[in-house]
Amino acid sequence: MHLSVFDPASPEAAWLLWLWKASMWICVFIMAVVTVALAYILARFRRRDGGEPDQRTGNKRLEIAWTAVPLVLVAVLFALSIVTARAVDRPVRRAPDIVATGHQWWWEFRYPSANIVTANEMHIPVGREILLEVDTADVIHDFWAPRLTRKIDAVPGRQNFIWLRADHADAYFGACAEYCGTQHAWMLFRVVAQDADSYASWLAQQFAPAEEPVTTEAKQGRMLFVQLTCANCHNISGINSQQQFAPDLTHVASRQMLAGERLQNTPANLKDWLRDPNAIKPGSYMPDLKLSETDLSQMTAFLETLQ
Amino acid sequence: MSDVPIAPGLIEGTAAHPALQSRRLEWVTTVDHKRIGLMYLFATLIFFVVGGLEALLMRLQLAWPGNTFLSPDAYNQVFTMHGTTMIFLVVVPLLLGLANYFTPLMIGARDMALPRLNAFSFWVFVFGGILLYLSFLSGHAPDAGWFSYTPLSGKAFSTRSGVDYWALSLLGIGAGTIATAINLIVTIVNLRTNGMTFRRLPLFVWMVFVNSFLIIAALPALNASLAMLLIDRQLNAHFFNELGGGDPVLWQHYFWSFGHPEVYIMVLPAFGIISEVVPVFSRKPIFGYGFVAASTVAIALLSLGVWAHHMFVVGLGHPWDYTFGASSLLIAVPTGVKIFNWIATMWGGSIRLTTSMLFALAFLFSFTIGGLTGVTFAAFPLDWQTTDSYYVVAHMHYVLFGGTLFAVMAGIYYWFPKMSGRMLSESWGRLHFWLMFVGFHLTFFVQHILGLDGMPRRVYTYPDRPGWAVMNMISTIGAFVLGLSVVVLLANIAGSLRSGPIAGDNPWNAWTLEWATTSPPPEHNFDLVPPVRGRRPLWDLAHPERSQV
Repeated sequence: MHLSVFDPASPEAAWLLWLWKASMWICVFIMAVVTVALAYILARFRRRDGGEPDQRTGNKRLEIAWTAVPLVLVAVLFALSIVTARAVDRPVRRAPDIVATGHQWWWEFRYPSANIVTANEMHIPVGREILLEVDTADVIHDFWAPRLTRKIDAVPGRQNFIWLRADHADAYFGACAEYCGTQHAWMLFRVVAQDADSYASWLAQQFAPAEEPVTTEAKQGRMLFVQLTCANCHNISGINSQQQFAPDLTHVASRQMLAGERLQNTPANLKDWLRDPNAIKPGSYMPDLKLSETDLSQMTAFLETLQ
Repeated sequence: MSDVPIAPGLIEGTAAHPALQSRRLEWVTTVDHKRIGLMYLFATLIFFVVGGLEALLMRLQLAWPGNTFLSPDAYNQVFTMHGTTMIFLVVVPLLLGLANYFTPLMIGARDMALPRLNAFSFWVFVFGGILLYLSFLSGHAPDAGWFSYTPLSGKAFSTRSGVDYWALSLLGIGAGTIATAINLIVTIVNLRTNGMTFRRLPLFVWMVFVNSFLIIAALPALNASLAMLLIDRQLNAHFFNELGGGDPVLWQHYFWSFGHPEVYIMVLPAFGIISEVVPVFSRKPIFGYGFVAASTVAIALLSLGVWAHHMFVVGLGHPWDYTFGASSLLIAVPTGVKIFNWIATMWGGSIRLTTSMLFALAFLFSFTIGGLTGVTFAAFPLDWQTTDSYYVVAHMHYVLFGGTLFAVMAGIYYWFPKMSGRMLSESWGRLHFWLMFVGFHLTFFVQHILGLDGMPRRVYTYPDRPGWAVMNMISTIGAFVLGLSVVVLLANIAGSLRSGPIAGDNPWNAWTLEWATTSPPPEHNFDLVPPVRGRRPLWDLAHPERSQV
C-alpha cells in the first residue's frame, strides 16, 4: 500500500516527504532509546530482595547531556524545516493559474485566463508549475491534495496561495481538511493531471458553450431546468446569468464524479441524486424538487448532453 | 492568610443544624477538600463514561465506509460533545479533583486555603456540565467542534442554540477553574507545614502549583473569546465577522492562546503523578528533582508562546511559521528532560510492578510516542500535510489518553487506598491495565496511518479507499476493547469499595505526607504532622541515620 504522504507526485510533496523522513529518523532514534531503556529496566531492575537500592538523587552531567542533545536535534529539525518551507512556499509574484473556492460542500475551480469554471475536478497539465489561489465563499475550508502539495486553509477575507506541479498523469485524491459543517465528509475532489495535448483539448471543451439538446426528452429537460428553480443556483452558459451558489453545470456530464465524490457520474446515479439529494448527501443545500419519474428522465437526459 | 483556614467549629456548626443533618446534604454542603475532591472524581467518572459512549458511537459509525448508523448531523454533535466533554468535563476537572484532595495532604495542611471558594468551583463545574448536556433537550447539541471555529460557529452557519449552550457552559466552568487555580496557589504559598520549603515540595504539588499559574494565564483568554462569540451571536457584533470589519482568524488566535496552554494544563499534573508514582515503586528518590521542577516552569512559560502552531495552514506567512515552529520545537526539550529523569529514577531501582507502576510505564511509552509525533507537527512543513487529518487525532489521543489518562490511572491505583481505606484488586487491575493498553494502541495507532493516507478528521464517513475500511475496523475494535477496560475498572472500584483489603496508613511504603495519616484521613487530615526535614519525610522517619536534606 502506498500512503499518500509517502507517495509524492510533485516536487512540493517530495520536499515534504524528505523532511518527513529526516524527522522520522530523529523520532525513531529517541523512541528507540526510550524503549530500550524501559525494556532494560524491566529486565534488570525488577524487585530485588535485600534492602533498598542506592538512593541516588541526580547527576548534573547527565542532565546537561539530555538537555543538550535534544536541543541540537530540534535545532537541526528547525533548519531543515526552513529549507523545506522555502522550497514549497515560493514567493507569489504573478496572477494565479487556478482559483479554488470552497463552498459548503463542494469546490469551485476557476481558470481566470481560460475563462472557464468547473467543480470538484481540477485539471492541470503535467510538468507545469501551477499557482493556486484558495478562497472561500462561506466558512473556513482547507484544500488538501496530499500527493501533490501542502494543504492550505480557505479563510474568509483572505487569499491564500500554494504551488504544485504534477510529475505524471493521474487522478489525485483531494479532500477538504477543515471541518466545515454537516457534509464536510463529502467535500472531496480530484486533481486530474494530463499531458499537454489532452489538457489543451479539455480546456477547449470546457470553454465551449453548452450544446443545444437534440432529442425531445433532453429538450423537455432543458425547459424544466429553466422553469424550475435549478437556474437560481446553477449556471449553464447560454441559459442564465452567472450564478455561483452551486456547481456550474455547463459541462457537468464531462466530470467523473458527482456531489463531492459521493457518486460515480453515471446517468442512473445522476437520476438518483436528482430524485432525493438529501438521501444521498444529507444536509446538502440541493433541495428535493419532487420531480416525477418523467421529469427525472427528461432532466437526466438533458444534463447528460452537457459534455 | 496565614491563619488556619476554617475554624473547626464552623463545619461542626453546619453539621449540627437540624435541617442539614442528612448524609446526602452533608456532601452538598461540604467544604472539606477531600469530599470535594471525591465529588470531582465521581462527577468526572460519570462524564468520562458519557464521553466514552459518545466515542463508541463515533467508532461504530466509522467501522466501515458508507455506514448510515448516525446521520452526519448526529455525528457532528457527537464528536463535538465528545471533545468538549473529555477536555472540559473530564481531564481538567479530574486533575483538579486529585489536586484538591492531595495538595493539602501533601503539604501537611488541614484544608484548602479558601474552602468555600473550593465548593463554589466544584458546583459551577457540575452545573456547567449539566448545562452543556441540556442542549440535547433544546433539540440540538453544539456541533461546531470543540474549538468552534468562526464563522462556522457564528449565527449565520450555526443557527440553532447548541453553540450558545457550549459557550455559556464553558464560560461558567472556566470561571470555576480559575477560582480553583487561585485557591491552589494561595494554599501552596501559605499553608505548607513547618519545614516544607519549596525545595522540599513533592513534585506533584510543584506541578499543580505551576499549573495553577498557567490556568490563570490561559483561561481568561478562553472566557473573553467565549464572551465575544456570544456577543457576536446574540447581539450581532462583528468580532469574528470579516464583512463587519472583524476577522474569523482572530477567534483562532484567542482560542488557541488558551487552547495550547490548555494542553499543558491537562498534562502537567499528570507529570506530577508520574513523579510521585515512579520513585515510590522504584524505591528510589526522583532523579534530578531540581531539573524536573525547573523543566515544568520552562514548559509552562513556553506553552504561552506556541499557540499559532495550531494555525500553520491558515496562511499567516513564514515569519509566524518560523517563530511558532521554533517555540514548539523548543518545548520538546524540557518535556524530554522529564522523560529521561523518570527513566533515570527507575534505573538501578528495585521495581515493584504494581498496577499503578504498569500504568506509569505505559504512560512513559505512549506519551513519548505522542510527544514525538508532536515534534513532527512543530517541524511546520509537516504540519502542512498532517494537520486536520487522522494523524492529529492519533497524536492528541496519544498525549491525552496514552499520556494524561494513563498517568491518572497510575494515580488512581496509587491513591485509591488513601481515599477509600481499601486496596483496589491487583488482579482486576492487571486485567484492566492490559485491556486498556492494548485497546488504546489498537484504536489509535492505525489512525496515524489513516491520516498519512489523506483521511481528514471530523468526517462522518469516508470513501472506500484501499486499506481505509480495514484500518477503521481495527480502530473500532480497539475502541470497544477500551470500553471493556473501563467496565473492568468500574467493577474493580465497586468491588474494592465493598470488600477490598484494608489498606492501612501507608500500603506502598511511600514517603510523602499524605501517607502519614489514616486512610481515609480524618476531616482535619492530621492529628500530628510529622517533622519535615527533607523531600521524603516518611523516609527520613524510617531512616533517621541517613536523613537527607
